[in-house]
Amino acid sequence: MNGLYLVAIGSVPAKALEWIENTAAEWFPLPIRRMPSLSIPEGAYDPKRGQYQSVEIMKMLAQCAPRDASRVLGVTDVDLEIPMLSFLFGQAQFDGPIAVVSLCRLHQEFYGLPPEESLLRERTAKEVLHELGHTFGLVHCSDPKCAMSLATHIELVDAKAEQYCSRCGMQLVERFTSREE
Amino acid sequence: MKKNWPILVVDDEDVMCESMAAWLREDGYHVDTAPNGQRALELAKSMDYAICFVDLKMPGGMDGIETMMEIHRIRPEASIIIITAYATVDTAIQAMKEGAQEYIVKPCNPQEISMLVSRILKLKKLQSENAILRKKLTRQYRHRDIITKNPRMEEILTLTQDIASLRSTVLIRGESGTGKELVARAVHFSGNRAEKPFIVMSCAALTETLLESELFGYEKGAFTGAAAQAKGKFELANGGTIFLDEIGDISPKLQADLLRVLQERRFYRVGGNQEVEVDVRIIAATNKNLAEEVQQARFREDLYYRLNVIEIRLPPLRERREDIPLLAEHFVHHISSALGKEVGGISASALKVLIAYDWPGNVRELENVIERAIVTCRNGMLDEHDFTWLQQNAGAQQNWEVPDVSLDDLERRAIIAALERKHGNVKEASAALGIDRSTLYDKLKRYEIVH
Repeated sequence: MNGLYLVAIGSVPAKALEWIENTAAEWFPLPIRRMPSLSIPEGAYDPKRGQYQSVEIMKMLAQCAPRDASRVLGVTDVDLEIPMLSFLFGQAQFDGPIAVVSLCRLHQEFYGLPPEESLLRERTAKEVLHELGHTFGLVHCSDPKCAMSLATHIELVDAKAEQYCSRCGMQLVERFTSREE
Repeated sequence: MKKNWPILVVDDEDVMCESMAAWLREDGYHVDTAPNGQRALELAKSMDYAICFVDLKMPGGMDGIETMMEIHRIRPEASIIIITAYATVDTAIQAMKEGAQEYIVKPCNPQEISMLVSRILKLKKLQSENAILRKKLTRQYRHRDIITKNPRMEEILTLTQDIASLRSTVLIRGESGTGKELVARAVHFSGNRAEKPFIVMSCAALTETLLESELFGYEKGAFTGAAAQAKGKFELANGGTIFLDEIGDISPKLQADLLRVLQERRFYRVGGNQEVEVDVRIIAATNKNLAEEVQQARFREDLYYRLNVIEIRLPPLRERREDIPLLAEHFVHHISSALGKEVGGISASALKVLIAYDWPGNVRELENVIERAIVTCRNGMLDEHDFTWLQQNAGAQQNWEVPDVSLDDLERRAIIAALERKHGNVKEASAALGIDRSTLYDKLKRYEIVH
């Protein structure tokens, strides 16, 4: 059975990878597998903005995807950007196999506050559900508590629950029962 | 819902286009991208974009402002958001002056752009609701156009309301002059396509090749005289309804082409090799018995079933005589004010004459008869003697000695006689014959009468 591959890009705390593995296993009926970590692609760094181009990372993930990968989720601790937007919490190929999540802005330290591990774990789980949801064809949800609602700043991430709303959840179930995911 | 608001991103940088498109797609929008102004225009011709993000600086060819202006020419209602990395007040002012709705500097905050898009779409939703409400007012007017107290007609009017917002094809059957187009309009203007075009095409009036290019449009150079690409009626009706009158008269080739449009909502322009996709509701009408035409192998069976999803049969006027006084009063009122001739009404004895007559040309004939009576009327009231000629005609019909010829020959002679009497004026000849113009054209073709 094709699996959901998890891969660290650059240095990522081992704990975070464990959280993500647990969250993914809870929601997606696919074998969760780890890939050896990858280094951040050279061309990804944007010296003008001091951030990393999400598109370059997505490209690399697509190239490195194992043949039996249903989905590949990259996790990084660096700050992501695209030309149009000042930052991204993560990015996904809509209804496609690749997604990436950045932990950078999920740390309390990013906002000048003392670290809080439980909060980081919750935020990470929410973002993982959000990006993986996109790869399975879910669009943004109007329920601010749903993991699929659009968060454009950290307060909106904190307002979400660590789960999908019933409508998005049903859509996923339908997807898994009707296709050979 | 968001799929109804397609977005276009125009930027020479592939990364910019694709990452922006990906971000918007996650929000549920249909997003297309174009690397330059030229491509953006090609796309805008086939898709009604709600929002276009256009990069101000694009090397070579059209810049952002030119692209914006050209898009506006094709899609005046599209909201254009100019994107730039070089924010200067001057270019901002110029872009806004030329019609840009917004101006954003990249990179911008995700929240900013998400709010911008939802603000623009909120406005667009209000605009389209407004347009629909306005059309609903028109609908009351349109509905008043169909004047009836006949139960069968009332049922039909209820049906037009029920099916108004569906996309299913409708087939309207009825004799000439029974109001097939009026019913088609009632269906279109009562539904959610009301603010989009309602395009009428009579299939009987044109030759096969002319009809083909009229319906599907053509590419430049497709035939002699095709100096530029032209849109056909199907493209013009995109988002709305096309009313194909006299559908029973189309050639086998066009029947096949039409079947494809009905099945796939796609077609090629004449001389073209690129498929055009349209969202058009088709309402067809005929005065023929299509089921019989199918049996005679003159009409494709598969096309018949595709067309006949919802069938409306309009009764001839002689089967709804109770409507004759209502219609007569209506025409007297409208025609007299249009002609600027004051006629107060119609007498009871005159109405008796009208009710007794059989109206082979149905409501259209009634309208013509009233017009003629108003023109010749000398008092301020239409009386029995204003319709004496009608009685004579009717009488003549009853006492007429039928010559020993075939029906076709009889019809042919009647047509030639009518054309002669009206000095070749097809409109008048068709009115005198009580048939519509397209039917007359059809018959001229059939009897090979050189007109």
